[in-house]
Amino acid sequence: MNDQVCLKIENITKRFDDFTAVDNVSLDVQRGEIFCLLGGSGSGKTTLLRMLAGFEKPTSGRIVLDGVDLADVPPFERPVNMMFQSYALFPHMTVEKNIAFGLEQERLGRDEIHRRVGEILAIVKMGNYAKRKPHQLSGGQRQRIALARSLVKRPRLLLLDEPLGALDRKLREHTQFELLNIQKQMGVTFIVVTHDQEEAMTLSTRMGVMDHGRIVQVGSPSDIYEFPATRFVADFIGSVNLFEGQVQEVSASRLRIRSEELGCVICADREVACTPEAKVWAAVRPEKIDMTRTPPAAVAAGAGPENLCRGVVREIAYMGDASVYLVTLDSGRVVRVTLPNDTRDTESRIARDETVYLSWTTGSPVVLTE
Amino acid sequence: MALNKHMRGQGVVISVPMIWMILLFLLPFLIVLKLSFSEARLAIPPYAPFLEWVRGLPRPVLHWNNYAFLFTDPLYVASYLYSLKVAAVSTLCCLLLGFPMALTIARARQPWRNVLLMLVVLPFWTSFLLRVYAWIGLLKHNGVINNLLLWLGVIHQPITMLQTDFAVYVGIVYSYLPYMILPLYANLEKHDPLLLEAAADLGARPFKAFLRVTLPQSIPGIIAGSLLVFIPAVGEYVVPSLLGRSDQLMIGRVLSDEFFENRDWPVASAVAILMLVLLVAPIMLFNHFSGREIEAHK
Repeated sequence: MNDQVCLKIENITKRFDDFTAVDNVSLDVQRGEIFCLLGGSGSGKTTLLRMLAGFEKPTSGRIVLDGVDLADVPPFERPVNMMFQSYALFPHMTVEKNIAFGLEQERLGRDEIHRRVGEILAIVKMGNYAKRKPHQLSGGQRQRIALARSLVKRPRLLLLDEPLGALDRKLREHTQFELLNIQKQMGVTFIVVTHDQEEAMTLSTRMGVMDHGRIVQVGSPSDIYEFPATRFVADFIGSVNLFEGQVQEVSASRLRIRSEELGCVICADREVACTPEAKVWAAVRPEKIDMTRTPPAAVAAGAGPENLCRGVVREIAYMGDASVYLVTLDSGRVVRVTLPNDTRDTESRIARDETVYLSWTTGSPVVLTE
Repeated sequence: MALNKHMRGQGVVISVPMIWMILLFLLPFLIVLKLSFSEARLAIPPYAPFLEWVRGLPRPVLHWNNYAFLFTDPLYVASYLYSLKVAAVSTLCCLLLGFPMALTIARARQPWRNVLLMLVVLPFWTSFLLRVYAWIGLLKHNGVINNLLLWLGVIHQPITMLQTDFAVYVGIVYSYLPYMILPLYANLEKHDPLLLEAAADLGARPFKAFLRVTLPQSIPGIIAGSLLVFIPAVGEYVVPSLLGRSDQLMIGRVLSDEFFENRDWPVASAVAILMLVLLVAPIMLFNHFSGREIEAHK
């Protein structure tokens, strides 16, 4: 029941004059999912969302919602609602009137409208603010009203454009969890557009990374973070060290890559098909690199310089829970390393200008061919 | 010290317009007010002095009979009512014509928006009097409109349009339309287009969205535009004199006749003061709403 396809996007393209905003995108979204479209500005994510809402007409391709082609359905007849980035609350109406607006268009009875407005206000915990005007509310409160207004019509699909974008950090975290709760409670399928990877990672059940009008990769947040498909995705989500190299040796389970800029051989679990001498990139997340003052025991025993290099700590950024170190290798290449600050003993921490050894396991690098 | 200097500078800045207002608005108003309580005389100036000297002391003489006269002679009451009616109908016509025009301009894309705004303001580049005269040429018995309709075969007899209420409405609506369009445009241009998308998203058809979202938000603009048309239209002199009826005068014409034909300055002043009293209510309304408009945009 739960893995039913709710929304089917088939080969959709949108061109403005000679600019292609969305380029042949296909996507299936399951019922009850929170699907995040993540991309930078100009990646086409907002255009895609506006086509789902009906504000833009696709140049080609189909949008099918529960088996119905939406091509000729105007926005005011679509069973889809949108929560706007700027909230777009009606400034001349009270909170109550704002929320009732959508229900009034369905010609529901007054009692029914009153009951449903009360219900949704209770869900977003804004019951005491029914008589206020939008300008008398804080940013976080407006966000809840905008959410309530778009949810009260019980849409089959709810589109959210940067839903947490206008909130400050503390409020974002809190609202994020609440949004998840409300989504579970109402069982509505959410499509969230955001440029903020943190927002996408914590909210979504699945996400799609967009670049230049195309969807580059679709997967769960951990899939995308741990197994990026391209250098763009690896670099866009979180921070990463990308080492260019050439395949030296391919065995059944291992891959050995010679990297000039790293000055050592990278040994990685074999996950992609590649041929010897091919140009590849090894992506290693900063938190998956171990940094020590002395070389690890196995290497010291003479196993050879594999997944190991030496450098000098140049910069340290203290973040509280963790610290980010920028290490300049003997080859001149700068590597980013994150270590958790798991003790309060600041004396023993590695300091600036110390010589350190960086190492990682064969499971850490992701080998990318494009 | 610094504060003092600053305050003095502020005082100078404020005093310039204050002196201007006192010399050119308050003083003339007081003179007219004084005149309205005077008595007509065949003399130069043609009215009795305001102050009488009794035993070496000045004593003001107030004659209320000018005002009483305005209410006894039905000519004045009829003129006031006619002026209010003409102004009200013209304002309504300006609103019905001006709103769609202002909305079109506000929603036009950029190069077009400026062109359209320019076209609205363009008539101001020629004399108001000339433009009203041009309407005589259009509306008269053998004028452009009648000749065109005759040639097209729509009518077989020329229609009398000049010196009718119709001609006055046409003249006033034509002359004052920009005063309706500009404040409406200023209001509509500030509307967030996303609100209409939100309304559509929530299931409102375009016309419903207009009624529920655009119209309520444009009320300050409607009030500002309506008052800018209504207030001067009540006292309009040129348009009814050139295009209007000779059997029913508007109050502006009555006022000028009292001054220049009858040389009864006190009655003319009383007519002017009473007109001002009639207009105080809409003027205060205007101030109230424009104040609120500024407040709302803070």
